[in-house]
Amino acid sequence: MSDAPDRASAAGGFGGSSPRASAVNIGAGIVGNSLACHLARLGWTELVLVDKGPMPNPGGSTGHASNFIFPIEYSKMMMELTRDSTEQYKELGVFTESGGIEVARTQARMTELRRRCSQARSWGIPAELLTPEGVAKLVPYLEPSVILGGAYFPTVGVVDSLRAGTLMRESAQQVGALTVLAGTEVLGIDKSEDGRVTAVRTSKGVIATDVCAICCGVWTPRIARMAGARIPLTPIVHQMISVGPIALFDAAVGEIAYPIVRDVDENMYERQHGGDIEVGSYAHRPMIVSPDDIPSIEAAVLSPTEMPFTQDDFDPQLEKALELMPELLGDERAGQRYAINGLISMTPDGHPVLGETPEVPGLWSVAASWIKEGPGIGRAVAEWMSGVTPEIDIHEADVSRFYSHQRTTAHVTARAAEGFNKMYGIVHPAEQWESGRPLRLGPAYQRERELGAVFHETAGWERPMWYASNSGLLDRYEGRLMDRGGEWESRWWSPIINAEHLAMRDAAGLFDLSAFAVLDITGPGALEAVQRVAVAQSHVPVGRVVYTSLLDDAGGFRADLTIMRLGPRQFRVVTGGATGMMDLKWITDHLPADGTAHVCDLTSSWTTLGLWGPRARDILQRLTPDDVSNDGFPFATCREIEVGGMTVLASRISYVGELGWELHAPIEQGARLWDVVFEAGKPHGLIPAGIGVYGTTARLEKGYRAYGAELDAHYNLVEAGMARPRVKAEDFVGKTAYLAQREAPPAAVLCTLTVDDHVSESGELRYMLGGEPVLTEDGEPLTDARGRRSYVTSAGSGPSVGAHLLMAYLPREQAVAGTPLTVEYLSEPYPVTVAVAGSTPLFDPRNERIRC
Amino acid sequence: MDVLVCVKRVPMVGGLVQLTADGLDVDTRMSGFTVSPHEECAVEEAVRITEREGGAVTVLTLGPPEAADQLRDMLALGAHRAVLLETDGREWGPTATAAAIAQAVTGPEFPSFPLLIFGNEAADTGGYQVGIRVAHLLGLPCVTGIKRLALAGGVLRAGRENEEFEVALPAVVTVREGINLPRYPSLPGRLRARRAEITVQRPEFQPDGLRKERLRVPAVPRQQAQILGNGVDAVPALVRVLDDLGVLP
Repeated sequence: MSDAPDRASAAGGFGGSSPRASAVNIGAGIVGNSLACHLARLGWTELVLVDKGPMPNPGGSTGHASNFIFPIEYSKMMMELTRDSTEQYKELGVFTESGGIEVARTQARMTELRRRCSQARSWGIPAELLTPEGVAKLVPYLEPSVILGGAYFPTVGVVDSLRAGTLMRESAQQVGALTVLAGTEVLGIDKSEDGRVTAVRTSKGVIATDVCAICCGVWTPRIARMAGARIPLTPIVHQMISVGPIALFDAAVGEIAYPIVRDVDENMYERQHGGDIEVGSYAHRPMIVSPDDIPSIEAAVLSPTEMPFTQDDFDPQLEKALELMPELLGDERAGQRYAINGLISMTPDGHPVLGETPEVPGLWSVAASWIKEGPGIGRAVAEWMSGVTPEIDIHEADVSRFYSHQRTTAHVTARAAEGFNKMYGIVHPAEQWESGRPLRLGPAYQRERELGAVFHETAGWERPMWYASNSGLLDRYEGRLMDRGGEWESRWWSPIINAEHLAMRDAAGLFDLSAFAVLDITGPGALEAVQRVAVAQSHVPVGRVVYTSLLDDAGGFRADLTIMRLGPRQFRVVTGGATGMMDLKWITDHLPADGTAHVCDLTSSWTTLGLWGPRARDILQRLTPDDVSNDGFPFATCREIEVGGMTVLASRISYVGELGWELHAPIEQGARLWDVVFEAGKPHGLIPAGIGVYGTTARLEKGYRAYGAELDAHYNLVEAGMARPRVKAEDFVGKTAYLAQREAPPAAVLCTLTVDDHVSESGELRYMLGGEPVLTEDGEPLTDARGRRSYVTSAGSGPSVGAHLLMAYLPREQAVAGTPLTVEYLSEPYPVTVAVAGSTPLFDPRNERIRC
Repeated sequence: MDVLVCVKRVPMVGGLVQLTADGLDVDTRMSGFTVSPHEECAVEEAVRITEREGGAVTVLTLGPPEAADQLRDMLALGAHRAVLLETDGREWGPTATAAAIAQAVTGPEFPSFPLLIFGNEAADTGGYQVGIRVAHLLGLPCVTGIKRLALAGGVLRAGRENEEFEVALPAVVTVREGINLPRYPSLPGRLRARRAEITVQRPEFQPDGLRKERLRVPAVPRQQAQILGNGVDAVPALVRVLDDLGVLP
């Protein structure tokens, strides 16, 4: 350990009195090494990699990782990062394919494994359902009577992550791009007066730099705090034991000869590791450790992240492990040779935290990665740091996604604790968090509670999904509700959503849209700032509303939002709560360099109610002396009107396909606005309507795309059917790529499909929820010219069109209305038909209801 | 043969020992507890004796309720019974500890142990006292610092570096690390340990002569590593070092 300083200076000759680095990467685990390697490949020189510990294992989580990689994930981003990492490990020669099996002990899990195999198919990952005997054939030491079956993923493998890190680090050293400073503690991060990173202070001196990348895993929050940034991550214990010598493995050659088993119902895994078998657990109580309490290298018994094992916490799991592998683990001659409370990183939403921190320009977070994503994350962030759009869309991992409250210690630890035992859980796509709620409440929250609202959370906001007070509508719309029998499809759902939908289409609905993020762009350079990021022409008269996408440099989607021009030098961006903070950073990062425009987050100042439906004008006209007729207040315009003694900014747009307005009011007047509209609406049949209608049913009927579902960096405006006839003359981010996209026919076309038959083989009615593979009638996967598989991007009821609706990008050949296809759900094919290719709505295709 | 082994719950430490703010204890918040390596070897030796000779191993400790963890660790290694002389967390000196142990093991609920094994010294206090004091209180012969142990015809042969002893049973032996290579706990062993009943007795606190004032971490000379060279070039230097150490044939 103490030889590290010499080794460092020998490696790079880093001995100058005031050294300067292009970037200082802190942390030499799999992520830091990978980042250094990829930065060097992208042409960076004079990089410095600092770690307090010795090489090649400085004592972080990489050093005790179990090092196995399952290709299947719940998130597409995580799957792609894993896929890229696996390729990189293979190139480095450190990957051994072993196969892996998730076994089911319960019927619910067996169903989940069917879903998982379908999901794998969506992404082109080999997967196969096995009987208990099929599992035992591959893993002869597993007791088949304990399980109901398994899902086999043959491309699972193990890696040598320390070796991979060493090879990556050395590749950057060999081209003379990297100096490695092992045994070097970071003491501080200096900033300029305007808050940018200027230097990293270490125990070996000060290194001047504009860029500092924190790749410190569990120590990340502590290092970030030195620069005044808060990175929401907490160390948490993951217990692991290694048992051996295992007689069966005596003759085995190499590290692993049998598939890795995930005993997912027990939150455990078992894998061969040479002559031993490793048993890991996520079943124990969540044990959160503060980054400040992690022992130093000197004080640690094993290593700082290999904390002393607490046997009591693991003991209950032993019986389960023995039950599954009685002969192997029950051998009295095999002992528990190694046992740790290993520290790993957890974030409030389970995703990594990547990107430049919003608080400190030049300070990058590259944290909360597993071994399986490390190299992919290194590559993606290196691209990002180099000004290149990452090939993989990593917006779900963007460090700027968090609101302030989500970066508090209380929130991070509560969500990490809640998420820990769900690591292998059966997690529903609409699964709700329980901790730290309610937190952000719209002004009408109490009214909504009294109406029996069922709230789901977005970015801390409590949003009504549907209202129990509307249960009376169920009778009115009986026969049109597409009620779901299956427990899974009806979880976090209610037929009231579909009743609210129909009532809104018949009369009107009042929506609470408080969760919108509201960002004002002001100043003499405001127009230039908006034009720079928006695809749509924003040089419009004051009072116009522009719906636009924001693109990245490669022409992929970065955001999808509306902009109101409120004045010659004032634009108001209204965007989704989930992406608000990312959009804020994106816009901020692209402001004119001369400081002539500013962006201000007004989310907490403005609340939004949505009033839509054929009776919306009648209702609003009762409340205002202003002219809200079609001529007096045309579609896609906005202006202030008087409503019930308040001044309200009304914006005539719609995401539900009906006549109506967004009504923006100062937040303290929001409750009154709710009351006056609600009262005025009663005689017209106005109902409170939830986000179930707004975000799914009405949207799908109208073919409206959603960022994060249909719109991400992997698809473009042409493929999404959103290209406009003309491209504005002004330059904007992504324009070059967009112009090129317009030149060639699209590789895929976003389509709306209808499900023709919901009856499963066992006679139940089943409804897809999204993510399922779209196949030919013969069950063959569809792959477009760019190698992308077709899968369901969004799914939901279309009560007014009487069909369950799906959206999917299809190869051009299949993107023809009337084409019969199938969708695999729970391992069974269901017939579907392409209803619309492109963006024409299925409901009210001429948009007459909106523009009347 | 029934064998008694006495163990002590001690802090687990890394290279750098950290103290609590009041300087009275080792800071174990991030490290944990264990028994001394001598005692782990003592349990292993006892288990091997009963595997050969029959009988049962009773493992005993005096300490706070949490010391039950260490007893279970020893049960997982093959000990058959466990006794906790539970304290209220106050520090017991060696005189009082030995008295409590001597009193407990002569109680009616225990067999008469022909062999009592201790670690040579505790890993934390290093007092070298309890084994000898128990032997004295029980009027038994005692051999210390033992690294070899053999039983034949009721006679115990015990050895250390250059000495061999023959001791008539019953006797007390204190052993040192290296006498054997302790096994790892098997998973069935862990499960047995988890389910095992621990006999708890609560001896009355007896203040004795020793009282802890405060702890001090002695300055440790910083270890210096020497770089012998890089890659193949380092081989001759490495061979010289190994030769000097006398580990080459």
